[in-house]
Amino acid sequence: MWTYTLRRVFAAIPTVLVVITVCYLLLHATPGGPFDSDRKVSAAVLANLEAKYHLDLPLWQQYLLYLKGLLQGDLGASFRYADWSVNDLVAAALPVSLSIGGIAMVISVLVGVSLGIFAALRQNSVIDHFVMLLGNVGSAVPSFVLGPVMIIIFAIALKWLPAGGWHDFEFRFMILPIALLTIINVSTIGRVMRGSLIEVMHSNFIRTARAKGLPTRVVVLRHALKPALLPVVSVLGPLAISSITAALVTETVFSLPGLGKLIVNGAGNRDYTLVLGLVVLITVLTVTLNLLVDLAYAWLDPKIRY
Amino acid sequence: MPGSTPRFVTDSHMRNPRNEGIGLTANVVDHAAIQAAAMSSGRSLWSDARRRFLRNKAALISLGTLTIICLACIIGPWVLPHAFDSADWEAMSFPPSMVNSHFWGTDDAGRDLLVRCLIGGRVSLTVGLLATISSVTLGIVWGATAGFVGGKVDAFMMRIVDMMYAIPYLLIAILLVTILGREFYLVVLTITVFSWMDMARVVRGQTLSLRSREYVEAARAIGVSTPRIIFSHIVPNLLGVVVIYTTVTVPGVILTESVLSFLGLGIQEPMTSWGVLTMEATPWILLFPAALLSTTLYCFNFIGDGLRDALDPKER
Repeated sequence: MWTYTLRRVFAAIPTVLVVITVCYLLLHATPGGPFDSDRKVSAAVLANLEAKYHLDLPLWQQYLLYLKGLLQGDLGASFRYADWSVNDLVAAALPVSLSIGGIAMVISVLVGVSLGIFAALRQNSVIDHFVMLLGNVGSAVPSFVLGPVMIIIFAIALKWLPAGGWHDFEFRFMILPIALLTIINVSTIGRVMRGSLIEVMHSNFIRTARAKGLPTRVVVLRHALKPALLPVVSVLGPLAISSITAALVTETVFSLPGLGKLIVNGAGNRDYTLVLGLVVLITVLTVTLNLLVDLAYAWLDPKIRY
Repeated sequence: MPGSTPRFVTDSHMRNPRNEGIGLTANVVDHAAIQAAAMSSGRSLWSDARRRFLRNKAALISLGTLTIICLACIIGPWVLPHAFDSADWEAMSFPPSMVNSHFWGTDDAGRDLLVRCLIGGRVSLTVGLLATISSVTLGIVWGATAGFVGGKVDAFMMRIVDMMYAIPYLLIAILLVTILGREFYLVVLTITVFSWMDMARVVRGQTLSLRSREYVEAARAIGVSTPRIIFSHIVPNLLGVVVIYTTVTVPGVILTESVLSFLGLGIQEPMTSWGVLTMEATPWILLFPAALLSTTLYCFNFIGDGLRDALDPKER
């Protein structure tokens, strides 16, 4: 297990490095410097500015300095927001995204797994059809359609909840975004759980457990649940990546001041360093998450040993 | 075609369960009859697949719907009296009505929504088509090379694919669009970069397994040249998988374009696409492009399912 863990960690590092390098080089290939503007600054001021941000050094030294900064947790300075470092912006935005995304993830795993279990045990029942319908909706109705539809129903027509915005973690503003993310994730988790549990319920050891005379509840909870959860765990990695897409859309739809909003605004303003910093940050987060999912999978499934 | 006969036989057994237990003689007779039938009607893998596909109602309806949507997007803007980018000052933010012939209403700039939806459909479908063609080509070349060459090259190429999977692609797409700009072809390029991996994986797997099939060995044994083996034995068998995964790629690609456009980072005004139209969220403005987009995605999903069942009956 330890060698496997170490090998996986070492395999993840190149991925992160490649992403950082490619993005950094792409950024430098763009024409124009950060201090090009209509207002001419004197050569001395320009030289001072460039020296402050190390722009006078050769590219490889700048790159190494950037890497060094990253290792110390410094994502660099923002192009557009004067006096703000990327770290400051992230520190303000991250709690918003994490609270929405975290709560939504916990709810959707709980709801998705339970719905999947019910659907698998009572095939062709109402719950089963509901799960399949949800799966269909999730795959063909994109989040940027579902979000506005929810706003139209719950904020404009019924006037139950605010249509968007954010007010100091007030729960009213979190309900719709969390609901949107949950619906998207539940559709995937429910479908996977249903499929895998149906397959497990047809296997021999379940037949044995039934033959022993165990009640269905014990058969499902003691014997079938753990192997049936494996595909759900393995789908959590890709789900985390698609959650980022969903988070970008959600934060745009409900105008939440989170990371997604930050990156979309950054891209709109062509704030190169901000976008680069966020891409690096989120890539590291997802690669770490994928790594954890892989390790959890290896830990849960005794058949996998490398 | 060597690949088709065994498939055909298994298939006939599946359809006639009564054959089971009749005995060896019956089976042999059956075999010969099937061979003869296959010879006389000239049924290949493809005509067999077409027959199976035509029996799939959901896929057929989807194909019909998709054709209608495509035709409407191509012909509609010529027939309708409004231009997609001209404002009707008499009718701004007009709900759907038969008056003024704004059948789907207008947006807040007085532009006819039906025409905008159809033009948006042209853009979305074109982006989908172009990005699919380029990413499928890239995927096939990448996967086939990795599968054929094998060894370290294969390991390295597939490592890159694994890496691409671990990356939150939409973010890199946003970075690319930020840096490169939002021209139409750049959007296509950006989407292509992140949609070829599935195809590469599938083609590699298929190539690996085909390389060691008996009929390829047989062909090699009787002295068929390598290019001929590739084109008459391997490519036809790859095509099924390629067709299936192409239909799966199209909706994904259209969706990516829509998300980018929805975030304001894809297709730019006054040009439009279904994603751009969905962004302008007044109820009926949202309703029509969203319905068109979802219908299109559904259709591609069903057609993909139908093709999978038709071309790959074993993996149902």
